[in-house]
Parts: sequence; C-alpha cells; structure tokens
Amino acid sequence: MKKILIIEDESALQKTLGEVLSQQGYEVLPALNGEVGLKLAQSEKPDLILLDLVLPKIHGFDVLKKIKDNPETKEIPVIILTNLESMEDVKRAMELGATTYLVKANYSLEELTIKINQVFQNN
Amino acid sequence: MKLEEISEQLNVSAQCRKYGLSLWQCPQFLFLIMGIIIVVTAITVYWIGTKYIGDPYLVSLIILGVSAVLFVIDFTISHSFEKLAEANKIKSEFISIVSHQLRTPISNLKWAIELLMSGRLGKIEAKQTEYFKILKENIGRMGELVKDLLMVSRIEAQTLFLKEKRFSLSDMIKELIVAFRPLAKASNITISFKNQKDLPQIMADPFQIRQVIENLLDNAIRYTKEKGKVKLKLKLEHDNFYFEISDAGVGIPQKDKKYIFQKFFRTDNAMKYQTQGSGLGLYIAKSIIKKSKGKIGFKSQEGQGSTFWFTLPIKR
Repeated sequence: MKKILIIEDESALQKTLGEVLSQQGYEVLPALNGEVGLKLAQSEKPDLILLDLVLPKIHGFDVLKKIKDNPETKEIPVIILTNLESMEDVKRAMELGATTYLVKANYSLEELTIKINQVFQNN
Repeated sequence: MKLEEISEQLNVSAQCRKYGLSLWQCPQFLFLIMGIIIVVTAITVYWIGTKYIGDPYLVSLIILGVSAVLFVIDFTISHSFEKLAEANKIKSEFISIVSHQLRTPISNLKWAIELLMSGRLGKIEAKQTEYFKILKENIGRMGELVKDLLMVSRIEAQTLFLKEKRFSLSDMIKELIVAFRPLAKASNITISFKNQKDLPQIMADPFQIRQVIENLLDNAIRYTKEKGKVKLKLKLEHDNFYFEISDAGVGIPQKDKKYIFQKFFRTDNAMKYQTQGSGLGLYIAKSIIKKSKGKIGFKSQEGQGSTFWFTLPIKR
C-alpha cells in the first residue's frame, strides 16, 4: 500500500483529503504542522508528500528545502497544495524541487486525486 | 521628522511603488513637480520685477510672498493626495487579506460538499442531493467572487503578470461557447460565432484572455431578456485581432456609459434585471486587455442591446 504524507494545518482539509485518499487505497499520514511533517517524512519515507506552504512551526518552503536536501528523502515527489499563487511562490517551490504546484481553490477533489495518480504514474 | 523619514520621503520612486501608483498620480512626485513650478515662478517674478519695479526690496518681498503662498498650496494639495493614496492602499490591502483568508474556508466547504455528494460516506437521498446542489452552487459563487476580488487586488498592487504563450483564440472561443451553452439554453438564447478563416495563433496569456471572454459572454447572456441571440465575431483588423460580442439585452443607459469599466459599478437597469453580480467583470476585462497591449470598448443603446469589442496585437 502506497503511503501519502499530508502536511496541512487545516484539519478540515486533512479530514476530507485523508478520507478520499484512504478510500482510493492509499495509506494516509497526517501532519498538522511543518515540524511533525518533516519528522514523518524522515521516519516513514512516504511515497508522496502533499505539502501546504503556510504552516505553523516550520514554513512549507523550509520543509521542502529540508526534504530535498536530505539524500534519504530527496527522491520523494512533493506536490505543493496551497492557496498562495504568486509567480514568485510557484517559481521558488519549483526551484526547490517540488514536482508540481496546485492551488487548492482551482481544483475539485476529483481533479486533485487525478493529479496525485498522475504523479505516481510518472514516478 | 527624523532624518531617515526625510530621506525616505525624498525617494520618490520608492514612495510611488509603496502606494502602487503611477508617477503622475504619486503625491511625492507631484510635490516635486510643483516645487519646480515654484522655483520657475520665483525666477519669472524676479525677472519681471527687476525689469518693471525699481525697488529691489519690494521685488524680493513679492518673490518671498508668492513662493510662500505657492509652497503652502503645494504642501496642502500633495499632503491630501498622500492621505488619499494611503487610504486607497489600506483598502487594497484589506481586500487582499480578506479574500486570501476566505479562500481556505471556501476550499474546505467545497471539498467537504463534494465528498458528501459523491456518496462515498453513505447513500444520499434525492431530496438531500437537491440541497447539496444548492450549497455547492453557492459555494461556487463565493469562490468566484473571492477570485475576482483577488484579481482586483493584484491589478491594484500592480502584481498582475501575464504568462504569454501561443494559442488559437478561435478554438478558445469555440470551447467557451460549448461551456456556456447550458446557461444560454436555460435562458432561451442562441449563440452564434463568425470567425475569419486561417487566423494565426495569438501570443497572449490564455488564462487571462479566457477570463475576459468568459466575463463578456456571461454578461451578454445574463442581460438578455427572454429569447434572444448572442453573436460573436473574430477577425484580423490591421495588425490586431478584433473580437466582438453583441447581444439584444437591456443595454446601458447613456448616463452610466462613462462608468461602465469602473470597479464595483453596476447600472441601475442591470441591477433591476439581474440582482447577482459584483460589478468587477468589466473592470477586470479592461485591466487584462490593457495589460496585454490591446484596446476594449463598447457601443450600447438602452433597451436595444450592447456590443462589446476588444483588440489584441498579433505578435507574430
């Protein structure tokens, strides 16, 4: 069973997204802040990480940088899932090694799961 | 005033950027220009004074008097401008913060409703589905409004950047007609499209141009009373693409024509006929077309209908 780590401080989104992904047959690991997310990324080595950017304790960009700097986690695809959509944010995330950048407001749950499945297929 | 504050005030371009204003609307720049005018006036007064008045003390006194009056006027005007610019900046920041903050709960609601409606959490009765649809539709409306408000704050903060690429404008229009057909059908409206053959591709931001056409098409359908036709046209004119959309709708009253592209503006007859609407669509459309180096305009007669058009450069 493939593991997906969701680093997202909104518990409502964690719950909805977690439910859908579990029903799709993924094992879901929730993290409500950057610090816990980073720890879980290192200890659990998930197959995919969904990462919000505005996070308590450690900001999403720092989490991404640390994941990509660590040889043990750098190969894990990271999907940025946020409501920030400035060009600088997108550019910065992609430069730091994010696989794709999705703006929450622009996607339905179904479209989002299609995107996640696509990332698995491409990796 | 501290030395740092003074040097900050003297950095005109930084001050203009802070307020998100162009140079000619910026209080600090206008203060500078008026300062130059004062100096020129003082020199002119001196020149005229020495030529026509014998007493040098009197000349100096006149110059001092005129300069002082002009300086006070200059300071008062630019200070009021600065206050206005500051208030405008606070308003823009407020719109930006509120719309950003609203996005997360809207996403939460949108996804939760979608999950409920999918039946993954249990079977949904037909009657419940009906109400879930109402919720979904209204969350969608809130989402659209927040998207428009964010767009406005980007336009005002001058952070609207275009991601240009080549695409077929004609294909985009055809796709949008298909997408709008259910709304048109529900309102008993037919949409026709006449386009010149073998048009080249356009170099523009497809996401933003789509928004412009969406806004114009949406308006044309919504403001058409009863049965009617919405006609779209695309052709090349000189070195530009020319797009036009005509409806036989409620039209725009003469007195409102000059305000039509202003943000939050809605004509009285539009509000009478269609209560929904934020008055942001045409403001956004104009900003995008202007940013894309095109032109936008309209002709309209109240009760007869409106024709909106825009041009965009080909950029081969």
